[in-house]
Amino acid sequence: MSKNMTEIRWHGRGGQGAKTAALLLGEAAVASGKYVQAFPEYGPERMGAPVASYNRISENEIFIHSPITNPDIVLVLDETLVDTIDVTKGLDEQKGILIINTPFSKEEIQKKLTSWKGRLIVLDATKIALETIGKPIPNTPMMGALIAISDILTLENFIEDTKKKLEKKFKNKPGVIEGNINAIKKAYEEVKKQ
Amino acid sequence: MEKTIVARTGNEAMAEAMRQINPDVCAAYPITPATEIMQIFSSFVNDGLVKTNLITVESEHSAISACMGSAASGARTMTATSSQGLALMHEILYIASALRLPIVLAEVNRALSGPINIHCDHSDTMGERDAGWIQIYAENSQEAYDLLINAVRIAEHRDVSLPIMVSTDGFIISHEMERLEMYPDSEIQKFIGEYKPNYNLLNIDNPITVGSLVLTDYYLEHKRVQHEAMKNAMKVIPEIFAEFKKVFGRQYDFVENYKCDDADYILICLGSTAGTSKVAVEELRQEGIKAGLLKIRVFRPFPAEEIVKYISKAKAIAILDRSESLSTQAGPVATEVKAALYDAGKIIPMQSYVYGLGGREIYVDQIKDVYRKLKNTKISEQVKYLGVKE
Repeated sequence: MSKNMTEIRWHGRGGQGAKTAALLLGEAAVASGKYVQAFPEYGPERMGAPVASYNRISENEIFIHSPITNPDIVLVLDETLVDTIDVTKGLDEQKGILIINTPFSKEEIQKKLTSWKGRLIVLDATKIALETIGKPIPNTPMMGALIAISDILTLENFIEDTKKKLEKKFKNKPGVIEGNINAIKKAYEEVKKQ
Repeated sequence: MEKTIVARTGNEAMAEAMRQINPDVCAAYPITPATEIMQIFSSFVNDGLVKTNLITVESEHSAISACMGSAASGARTMTATSSQGLALMHEILYIASALRLPIVLAEVNRALSGPINIHCDHSDTMGERDAGWIQIYAENSQEAYDLLINAVRIAEHRDVSLPIMVSTDGFIISHEMERLEMYPDSEIQKFIGEYKPNYNLLNIDNPITVGSLVLTDYYLEHKRVQHEAMKNAMKVIPEIFAEFKKVFGRQYDFVENYKCDDADYILICLGSTAGTSKVAVEELRQEGIKAGLLKIRVFRPFPAEEIVKYISKAKAIAILDRSESLSTQAGPVATEVKAALYDAGKIIPMQSYVYGLGGREIYVDQIKDVYRKLKNTKISEQVKYLGVKE
């Protein structure tokens, strides 16, 4: 019953949108006919403090209601977290994938991850967000990266769903919608190249 | 019927159900983790999506008191709360049920202080299990949504006329987004129908007294009548559930029998842990252990016969209580299941556990271990603590 399920952990700092990313991904996955869970970790939340959120995505109904301890994919919205918390905790070295938002190269980040040798993807999501949306919000491009390395959603489905959602929220700011879509596409293409 | 597939948290699901129910009156006070229910619902009120008269009050004691006045006046009345909020309602909860007021309460299970804690356990609702309210525990967002809609019909049924609380596990369900199938507003309205109160304080053609003093002369008879109303609920609940299935297609019962029929080892629990236990059952069955799960959905009235029916052939039973009665004996669920088995003349080895207090995580492996211990180790008459640091 737990087959075909992808478990995801998001790391960020309070205010960076780790919770929003998990919720947006959850909504998009439901819109494409999947079963999902999206939930944040509730602790002492405040701006700038390390926070985590989670997704389960499956073709079948999800029954488990335990925390996620062995994610298949980990996304880190803020590379400085790599120095302070164990972002690879429970992440399998053979099958697991780690995606980090950073301006540094893969080699430089790898040096910091001394004990973990699995598949690493780096992406300057903040730069992409600044170029496309005009604000340093890395979660939208990070979702583009996630879609590029997994089969949980197609790029078309995700863009369609994001468009629908943003059109409601930003009726009078079409630039925001276009910016977000471009951010997803750009991140997707960059990661596909890696 | 057309169903809309959406992604909603438990709190959002309950707020959506409240929107579709469109109660006449809602009085509430915010408390974590139930705050969102009223926060979302109040925006529905503000946006004109419901015609509800929303009363914001200064405490939960006032909230339930306002609900009582409203319900006694013949208005369909709802509220939402959690933990300390429910505890603050305590004295009024008993009055609401004695007055036979069908108030519907969306509850989010959270530990009672102290120490102060905001996470899930069932100590808040278990603390009100003798308050004369019908109690239903939801496993997930879908159940929370469906059961809150059912709750209106159950509470308002002429033979029942009792207040009802439907609860979800705090944060685990209340703040977790899941796939939710929603039904059209018009179908919900058709299903719940118009509320026709048995009595109405504002009906000047038939004046009544509400809340009068009853001493040694009739207090006992009052409780006897409440007892009968609960017994009536035992009959009415399956009828409403059957009607719900006919219209909306989803089957509910007092309990959920998950592979108990041929099970050697059965675990009993409430709420979201039942979902996690289903995964454990599947994995154990692949190993050749005949495991089964019995989820108690309706805890008040207590479906003793239903429970006995599903567990009486088991070799051993484990009961997981997410609250402590601190009697040095088992928690409330285990105690009542034991009593039910005694009445049925069955003696089955039973291991009682207390787990998950204050939101302590529960994992599939721990539950599998509970089953394995039922099979391989001697049952202890002492209650065990699951997942405790010792």
